[in-house]
Amino acid sequence: MSYPRLQSAGEGALILYLADNPSDSITARLAALIPKLYRALGEDLLELVPSYHSLLILFDPLNIEPRQIRDALMLCLPQTEQANLTAGKLIELPVYYSEESGADLGSLARQAKLSIDEVIALHQQVEYRVYAIGFAPGFAYLGEVDKRIAMPRLATPRKKVPKGAVAIADRQTAVYPDASPGGWNLIGLCPSTLFDPAQDPPMAFSVGDRICFKAIDRQSFLDLGGKL
Amino acid sequence: MNDILADAFEVLDGGLFSIVVDKGRFGFAHLGLTQGGPMDPFAYRWANRLLENNDHAQALEVSLGGLTLQARIQTRLCVTGAVVEVSVNGQPQALWQSFSVQEGDTIKLGRTRQGVRSYVAVSGGFCVAPQFGSATTVVREGIGGLHGNKLKKGDMLPAREDKQRAGWMLPPAHHPHYGQGLLLRLVPGYQYANFNQEQKQAFFTHSYRISSQADRMGYRLKGEAIAHDFKSLWSEGICLGAVQLPGDGQPIVLLHDRQTIGGYPKLGAVLSLDCARLSQCLHGTEVQFEAIPQAMAKALLLENRSQDAQLQQTLIQI
Repeated sequence: MSYPRLQSAGEGALILYLADNPSDSITARLAALIPKLYRALGEDLLELVPSYHSLLILFDPLNIEPRQIRDALMLCLPQTEQANLTAGKLIELPVYYSEESGADLGSLARQAKLSIDEVIALHQQVEYRVYAIGFAPGFAYLGEVDKRIAMPRLATPRKKVPKGAVAIADRQTAVYPDASPGGWNLIGLCPSTLFDPAQDPPMAFSVGDRICFKAIDRQSFLDLGGKL
Repeated sequence: MNDILADAFEVLDGGLFSIVVDKGRFGFAHLGLTQGGPMDPFAYRWANRLLENNDHAQALEVSLGGLTLQARIQTRLCVTGAVVEVSVNGQPQALWQSFSVQEGDTIKLGRTRQGVRSYVAVSGGFCVAPQFGSATTVVREGIGGLHGNKLKKGDMLPAREDKQRAGWMLPPAHHPHYGQGLLLRLVPGYQYANFNQEQKQAFFTHSYRISSQADRMGYRLKGEAIAHDFKSLWSEGICLGAVQLPGDGQPIVLLHDRQTIGGYPKLGAVLSLDCARLSQCLHGTEVQFEAIPQAMAKALLLENRSQDAQLQQTLIQI
């Protein structure tokens, strides 16, 4: 299959695939493409939704032709070929890693045949890329965690995962922006508010940005407003 | 224009599921905020038009009836959409036409007899503070409307006074009929080309029934399972009407409150006009899919727009 590939999704929707699989460079390219497309097409675009290796383009089919979008992409895409991998923001999030704040930390360590401290160290060692935001407002899919601490989702999802829960599913990690059901493995809690409807913008980062985690102790977690 | 009164209407009974809607929330899907907005844009738009409101003025979407309001101001209302008994202090009111209410009047919607969703518009529109550019309530996100929630007893809805009594009606010959079996026209897209001929044939030749799991997020259908062995996909953006096939092979039509991204294979998306009609159908209703090219979808939307303009000519002043 050749890329980039633009295809229909619906009456007012096209989807652009940049590759078979996501990667840091693909995500950086998507992040670079979005402002260019908004500049080129402006008000005629209803939404641009980046996710992993694709970009969903929503438009009003009575205002703009798919052909015009294709033309704009032909112009904008070549300008993103050399997208800078470090162009986005780098955000550091504090995490209180413990069995008290991460219900699955112990079992994850046992299954990975590592000590709890090793799991915590490996999770902090990587600079993660925001591959997608969805599932719930502000829920960011971050990749990729070290193979040694990759862990499948729980067989039975929890009815309630607490706000700020830091979690792992396969090779992805995330922070739950709010309390919700969820099936990821919980390893700690982040005291920061990730999605705040009262703020503009409501989130500090978007797809293509980078996130790193820094361990904090129980007292610092509470001092930063965290709740146990 | 008159001042906004914060407590223009008191909710005496929110019914099963009543929410504030406007055009919908656009421009925030990249942060995971869904579109929301009226499930039946036609009925919503005409509720507003019959009061000479802006097409996208805030109105209430009432699912399966049951809403009771008390007016604290004099103004005009209009109820469109599902066939439901509407009364003011027990006096029946016609649908698809404006009517006056006085301070202290009780406005009641009974149970729907045909269709699912009613729209209650007020002169000048309701005046709930928008969040992310829209007052549309998305309960799952806790965003929009009143405290991000459906209407509950004791809620106060802001609106403006209007002493005018004249208004408009849409003649009954032009009222839509809801709830019959539906042909859902689908624009092929997403993984369509990756489904084989037998799978597509099975999908388009069998009819499906709306299951009991049908809400603002999506309508899960029941019928011939489309067996497939897609390996899991990377999550991708989901458009209105997208038809996804999870592992059990039973199609789900994703609607206004859908998740913004998802990883199930999709065959394309149902035409918005048909999503609106689908959302007026109860579970058990039979539906069938038909593929149409994108260009035909556009032609149908254009035709719909000109029909809408013609309807404007049929209105009767009351």
